[in-house]
Amino acid sequence: MATETPAAPAPGKKVNRINLDLQTYRGSKTTLCAGCGHNAITERIIEAYFEMGVDPQRVIKLSGIGCSSKSPAYFLGTSHGFNAVHGRMPAVATGAVLANKHLCPIGVSGDGDTSAIGTGQFVHLMRRNVPIIYIVENNGCYGLTKGQLSPTADIGSRLKNGVVNDLPPIDLCALAIQLGATFVARSFSGDKKQLASLLKAAIAHRGAVLLDVISPCVTFNDHEGSTKSYAYVKDHDDPLGEMTFVPFFDDIVVDYEPGTTQEVKMHDGSRVYLKKIEEGYNPRDKVAALSLLHETARKGEFATGLLYIEPDRESFTDLLNLVDTPLSMLPEEIVRPSREALDQIMERLR
Amino acid sequence: MSSEPAVQDLSASPNAAAEVVNDFSIQVATVNGSGSQTANLVLIRSLFQMGIPVSGKNLFPSNIAGLPTWYTIRANKHGYVGRKKEIDLLVAMNAETAKEDVLALDAGAAVVYDEPLKLQDLRSDLVFYPVPFDKLVAPVCPDAKLRRLVRNMIYDGILSRLLGIEMAEMERALGKQLGKKAKAVALNQVALKVGYDFADTNLPKRDPFRVERMNATQGKILVEANAAVAIGAMMAGVTVVTWYPITPSSTVCETLIDYMKLYRVDKESGKATFAIVQAEDELASIGMALGAGWAGARSMTATSGPGISLMSEFTGLGYYTEVPAVIIDVQRVGPSTGLPTRTAQGDILSTAVLSHGDTKHILLIPNSAEECYELTMTAFDLAERFQTPVFVMTDLDLGMNTWMADAFKYPDKPLDRGKRLDAETLKRLGGWGRYEDVDGDGIPYRSVPGDGMPAYFNRGSGHNARGQYSERADDYKNNVDRLARKFETARQWVPKELVDLDPEAEVAFIAYGSSHWAVEEARDQLRQEAGVKTSYMRLRAYPFTTEVEQFIDRHKRVYVVEQNRDAQMLSLLKLDLAPGQVGKLRSVLYYTGLPIDARSVSDEVLAQERE
Ligand SMILES: Cc1ncc(C[n+]2csc(CCOP(=O)(O)OP(=O)(O)O)c2C)c(N)n1
Ligand code: SF4
Repeated sequence: MATETPAAPAPGKKVNRINLDLQTYRGSKTTLCAGCGHNAITERIIEAYFEMGVDPQRVIKLSGIGCSSKSPAYFLGTSHGFNAVHGRMPAVATGAVLANKHLCPIGVSGDGDTSAIGTGQFVHLMRRNVPIIYIVENNGCYGLTKGQLSPTADIGSRLKNGVVNDLPPIDLCALAIQLGATFVARSFSGDKKQLASLLKAAIAHRGAVLLDVISPCVTFNDHEGSTKSYAYVKDHDDPLGEMTFVPFFDDIVVDYEPGTTQEVKMHDGSRVYLKKIEEGYNPRDKVAALSLLHETARKGEFATGLLYIEPDRESFTDLLNLVDTPLSMLPEEIVRPSREALDQIMERLR
Repeated sequence: MSSEPAVQDLSASPNAAAEVVNDFSIQVATVNGSGSQTANLVLIRSLFQMGIPVSGKNLFPSNIAGLPTWYTIRANKHGYVGRKKEIDLLVAMNAETAKEDVLALDAGAAVVYDEPLKLQDLRSDLVFYPVPFDKLVAPVCPDAKLRRLVRNMIYDGILSRLLGIEMAEMERALGKQLGKKAKAVALNQVALKVGYDFADTNLPKRDPFRVERMNATQGKILVEANAAVAIGAMMAGVTVVTWYPITPSSTVCETLIDYMKLYRVDKESGKATFAIVQAEDELASIGMALGAGWAGARSMTATSGPGISLMSEFTGLGYYTEVPAVIIDVQRVGPSTGLPTRTAQGDILSTAVLSHGDTKHILLIPNSAEECYELTMTAFDLAERFQTPVFVMTDLDLGMNTWMADAFKYPDKPLDRGKRLDAETLKRLGGWGRYEDVDGDGIPYRSVPGDGMPAYFNRGSGHNARGQYSERADDYKNNVDRLARKFETARQWVPKELVDLDPEAEVAFIAYGSSHWAVEEARDQLRQEAGVKTSYMRLRAYPFTTEVEQFIDRHKRVYVVEQNRDAQMLSLLKLDLAPGQVGKLRSVLYYTGLPIDARSVSDEVLAQERE
């Protein structure tokens, strides 16, 4: 738990440029299912912040509600964190950076949290270009409430109870680009290299970052015929333990070259096709980014990599022209106007 | 221009013997959007400048333009500034409502009206003053587009002559109202004079009402309570303001923006020492306020009932995770849209326990512009001291109407930033748990991001005293028991009830907020007209102090006066009181959407006393 100040690293341990070891960037032990994509993302976050030498005191971790939203407890244990209400983390993050513009927020959300109940706040976070790294751990379903459809689920995808999704998915990357986010990328929880470099680039960016990471949910799989499917496991499980049984899966790991497409078999037996964007791709071209997303989606693929970046747009806190000292640290002499000021106001009302 | 009161020339008036001085109400009936606001404010301000206690109430429809609207000014030498039901002087400018307005008057009232409306045939027990407004305004204002506005200033001129409001004061008020707009001032001055002269030659005084200079407004100001809240927030050092427009609260933040731009910009750098954000909805505005409060800023939002409902979930989180924020609730009639431009005290009960699970919140309940200023400042101190959302419960009658108030006092106490962990405290405590009750008052110590103190994970899920995730039964219970203890501590910190005890009274009043003005006047009516002596306790906060029990113990019957249907405050009192005390409580309820008036209170009490 996070109430301790970081201890000095043990001698001989690998430290980063601010003299902290990797352990300092860890949090409490995960309570998510083994093999959940979210855990892999947590690992990459830990490494990225360690390698970039970010001071954990300056980071704030925020989330909504969902399995994914639990994960801020599992990294950066010495940073302040705020687990908000379902879908409404963007507002809390916005308020926090208004209070202290020097903080570096990282928000973790799920696809349900972001694209269903939280759509309104997500839209406005991106539109305002609030400086934050906003990660969507996208598994196309609701994990924490046990496997309902989320608005990012693909057309035709099926729930364990047979319900078929017949609505088109919301593409959060396309939405974010449209809305004014200044750093938009997609990745896969199992692609260590790509995710790590995107995270590091995101840390260096000042503005709204959307990182949509496809992150398989191991538990709510329903692949008929699979001996590891939920139905199979349920049938062969102790009936008392029905809902608490969590199948054990390995993390899915992929590695592939720019320009190529990679087929990934998910835990539920379904497949996703990841297409890493080509090397010559210009991420500053909004129209190209949107058409890439449309084209790959039409082919049933996910374009991964840095899709769009606009490094120069003012962030929300810059736009407000705030004093340099964080608002939360301003002393009484600054925030309470003088006696003369009050007299002047009263005079005008007389 | 002559400024002597018209009545002096009219000593021969048949009503001279029954003159009514500095005690009447004027109602101006116009059409929404017809620009009568300037004329009405000039009228009220000139009375105020003559030292006469006044209040102004806007009765307007939920509409931008075209529907009927009424502005009521009450002048009263005794200082009664609550709503008076009876209209003594009607200015009928709106054809649509004129007939109905006239028929509703008590005998003896006077009517200034637009001549073509031909109202004089409706009644024989009123005094009628026909005025050809269109004819008078045409030569004054060649620009046809402006005429509609200037026309209103003519009735100010007429009233100046009829009531004896000094013309010099009207002109001064006009200057104050229009400020630097020299052309507009000049144009309106001419209109004033045209009205005055018309009355002088054509309208012999036949009603008993007139004004006389007195000295009861010295040192006072005229202000809307929403502006008072805004000034209070600024003086409390608010730095993050988030809001979503809703009548009747919008002017809190709009006024605040104006003041903050004037007084809260760093002189050297020209940069703001505050952030004000218009959020996408109330869910976001409370979320931002809590995010900012968690990160150490003094933060607030302002809304009304519908917004309060939307803030429910977040408020519960703020309560349970112990994050400060100030929420201004300018109450209006509900539910949802309800009557958005009418007043009520209808959010008391739901706000006191807003959210799900076990919650109770600190409510501060101002009755006046002064208290809106002071209790808003107090709210920020309490929010930080108790690390919790604190609500300031005002209402539309207070917030959007013009009130006379004592000039606001400069705060004499430093900001109370509550139990903030610092290096010294950390050393003294020899370790720190976010939710440990070190001092036995239920209030833990907190650190904020960026202050260099140990961090914690702010979570709505179960947590132990160290802030760690826990679903253990004892951890949860300890935590909510401590929260209840914290609420008990708040009883000693919230603004105390104010008591006016009559040692001989068997009957007593309990009231709060804007109902105060009607109760104060009703007490005098009961004493003077029926010989009923009463005591009075005005609640200013929830939780209550123990004085409430003592007060009820002293009396036989206690009337709880409030502006809602279901006796919401009485319900809250019941939760605190012994059954014997509850048996003494009775209700006076008023819920028409209009501000409560004294007569409604005294009539109701007499009726119940006779039962
Ligand atoms: C207001 C509200 N409504 C519903 C819920 C129940 N709920 C908890 S998590 C969740 C969905 C989470 O799904 P997602 O964001 O995709 O995250 P995942 O668990 O898949 O990582 C829901 C509906 C809630 N906590 N609050
Ligand atoms: S239910 Fe799914 S999303 Fe939740 S922890 Fe398990 S695998 Fe991850």
